[in-house]
Amino acid sequence: MLDYIEYEDFRAEVRAKVDEIVAPHAAAVDADDHIPNDVIKAVGEVGWFGATAPVEYGGLGWDTVRYAVLVEEVSRASGSVGVMLAVQGSLITYPLQKYGTEEQINEYMPKFASGELLGSFGLTEPGAGSDAGSTKTTAVLDGDEWVINGQKCFITNTKRDWPCVCFATVRTDPDKSKGVRGVSSIIVPADAPGFNYGRKENKMGLRGSDTSEIFFENCRVPKQNLLGELNEGFKLFMVALDAGRVSIGAMAVGLGQAALDLAIKHAENRVQFGKPIGTKQAIQWKIAEMATKIRAARFLVYSAGALKDADFPYTKEAAMAKYYAAQVGREVAYDAIQVHGGLGYDKSYPLERIYRDVKVDEIGEGTSEIQKIVISRNILQIKKK
Amino acid sequence: MDFNLNDEQKMMRQVAAEIADEQLAPKAEAMEENREVPADLLGFLAEQGYFGMFLPERYGGAELDFVTYALTIEEFSRGSAAVALVVSVQNALVGKPILTYGTDEQKEKYLARVASGELVGAFALTEEDAGSDAANVQTTAAKKDGGYVFNGHKLYVTNAGLAGLFLVVARTSPEAGAKGLSCFLMERDTPGFTVGERFDGMGMCALDVRRLEFENCEVPADALLGAEGEGLKIALASLDGSRIGVAAQAVGIGQQAFNEAKRYAGEREQFGRPILSFQAIQFYLVEMATRLDAARLLTLRAATLADAGEGFSAEAAMAKLYASETANFCANLGVQIHGGYGYMKDYVVERFFRDARVTEIYEGTSEIQKLVIAGKLLKG
Repeated sequence: MLDYIEYEDFRAEVRAKVDEIVAPHAAAVDADDHIPNDVIKAVGEVGWFGATAPVEYGGLGWDTVRYAVLVEEVSRASGSVGVMLAVQGSLITYPLQKYGTEEQINEYMPKFASGELLGSFGLTEPGAGSDAGSTKTTAVLDGDEWVINGQKCFITNTKRDWPCVCFATVRTDPDKSKGVRGVSSIIVPADAPGFNYGRKENKMGLRGSDTSEIFFENCRVPKQNLLGELNEGFKLFMVALDAGRVSIGAMAVGLGQAALDLAIKHAENRVQFGKPIGTKQAIQWKIAEMATKIRAARFLVYSAGALKDADFPYTKEAAMAKYYAAQVGREVAYDAIQVHGGLGYDKSYPLERIYRDVKVDEIGEGTSEIQKIVISRNILQIKKK
Repeated sequence: MDFNLNDEQKMMRQVAAEIADEQLAPKAEAMEENREVPADLLGFLAEQGYFGMFLPERYGGAELDFVTYALTIEEFSRGSAAVALVVSVQNALVGKPILTYGTDEQKEKYLARVASGELVGAFALTEEDAGSDAANVQTTAAKKDGGYVFNGHKLYVTNAGLAGLFLVVARTSPEAGAKGLSCFLMERDTPGFTVGERFDGMGMCALDVRRLEFENCEVPADALLGAEGEGLKIALASLDGSRIGVAAQAVGIGQQAFNEAKRYAGEREQFGRPILSFQAIQFYLVEMATRLDAARLLTLRAATLADAGEGFSAEAAMAKLYASETANFCANLGVQIHGGYGYMKDYVVERFFRDARVTEIYEGTSEIQKLVIAGKLLKG
């Protein structure tokens, strides 16, 4: 596992494909606030929506480190496309495989793997952000159907012009004092009666990726759409979010790497005071610091992924990877802008997009503050008196 | 050094704060969306004296000091950093240099119109190959028939779309390096002068920033500001002053990010209590406030030195360096405290995050500020 060098050939293959099917669209995806369906089809054709899904269901069956390299390389070109894969792989196909019934897996996995269906993870609500236990959306059994009522917000992969399915976290035990112990996960297709998209959010970055409110108004789905055990939704979303943190970390590493690559090129080519600015120590040290941080962040991400693949506990390590990579991604993008001067602030150059995109990695799928809570809880053992 | 404000300064700060809260903040989102500062708002600011802050009364100016300028720019920036920059440029990079270096004729010709807002001004130094290396200006102003002929281009010229008057630094002597540069006053309708393509940036979207082109563009001899060969000196001295403005602007952005974050943290409940009651959030706000105070004091020190007629170049550079870092620090934590909402355009911290970034770049990058400071600090 020395230096993860064995993944470099794999990375080169992925990068070549990314350069072909994602990179040429990245600027327009941001400017138009939209990922063209042809791009999604092309990503689907190479199987990336099912990167970690089992081969027998149309997936590629990759391990988590390969998947992290994929998310990293796609994000290096486009954060908006990268986050789509981060959600689909970690928050959808992974929990489906782990908790789904045979019928659910048979029905949904091939469609998720091919990209025919996009999955969204409906956890956050206006009053339940960092405090996920405050879920207010309810699901009540009425005969053979769940009747869902409530509201979700900031939900990614809610693409209106593409078939979508939401894994909604809902309160199934009416006793609110049970907090997160009374919630479950239910599979809700976007075309279910009573499922309505609200406003599409107007975001700082990741503008090609759709983020929406979802309203459930007496939304009905069959009883068998319960994913995992009744009232065990907490376990499911914690497991999904652990995996998700590895992929958000990978996304931040990819965005940071893209910024670093641009900064290196600029430092080599931009002449001021008669020499390339890369001959100045101030710039050299910036580049050195950026490259060191990215390398450290990348290995934190891969190491968390490798622990997951080896079935070791990795909650703490995933939180560390996500927290650190997101911070490093932002800092490196910030410094890359600085190396560029005015050009770094220019919308006709990709760097300002990277900076806007990477900021969300310190927020989505658990803010950095939540990651620090997770990490410290796994380290500190304070004796209760 | 005394940082107590006198009564006039206190009053001016109060007035500027009210304008920021009542006139600028409510319009900021629309200004960003429409990518312009509306003409009636510019007219209002001019009427209130904000376009002639340093200018004597006989030109219709308000004859204010640098401290008041800094306080005003800080307050305005809380409402709209873009509007604050328009005001800062007009005063520090247009009115002030004409007042300092202009002939009586030039002052008579322009200053009253600058103060009244009839003439918005712009300052054109940067070029493709003359960014941080400002002495490398390639635009030429060749002598001809007692006047000068301009050829070349300028980049990132703030206010260019609105401006009627441009301070342009050009090369009057190809051999003499930095000393071969001179500063000119160029009117917008000069033949051969084109205000070109607009710059589209990550933030400060209401600012009209453009490229300028000069093609055999002739100006008379009396367009020269100061002496031949003094162009870079005039530009750098003017930038010393305007850096106090950018520092103040950065403090204002950071301060409002703090204000918004503090308010939000008090209102937002998670885990059954306001997030403001969590130590981590309190300490974020404490770090923001501490840095803001330090940045503000650095800025006021530079302004106070400038008002006392003492050298303030390194102090202005320190203020700009530190305040611009602080603005970004505060804007980032401002977004972070807002969580997902901070990433949405419905909340002003999202704009502050993008606006703040340029304060470390324009009017001299942080690296240039460090060069300026090193030059003073390490001399001898």
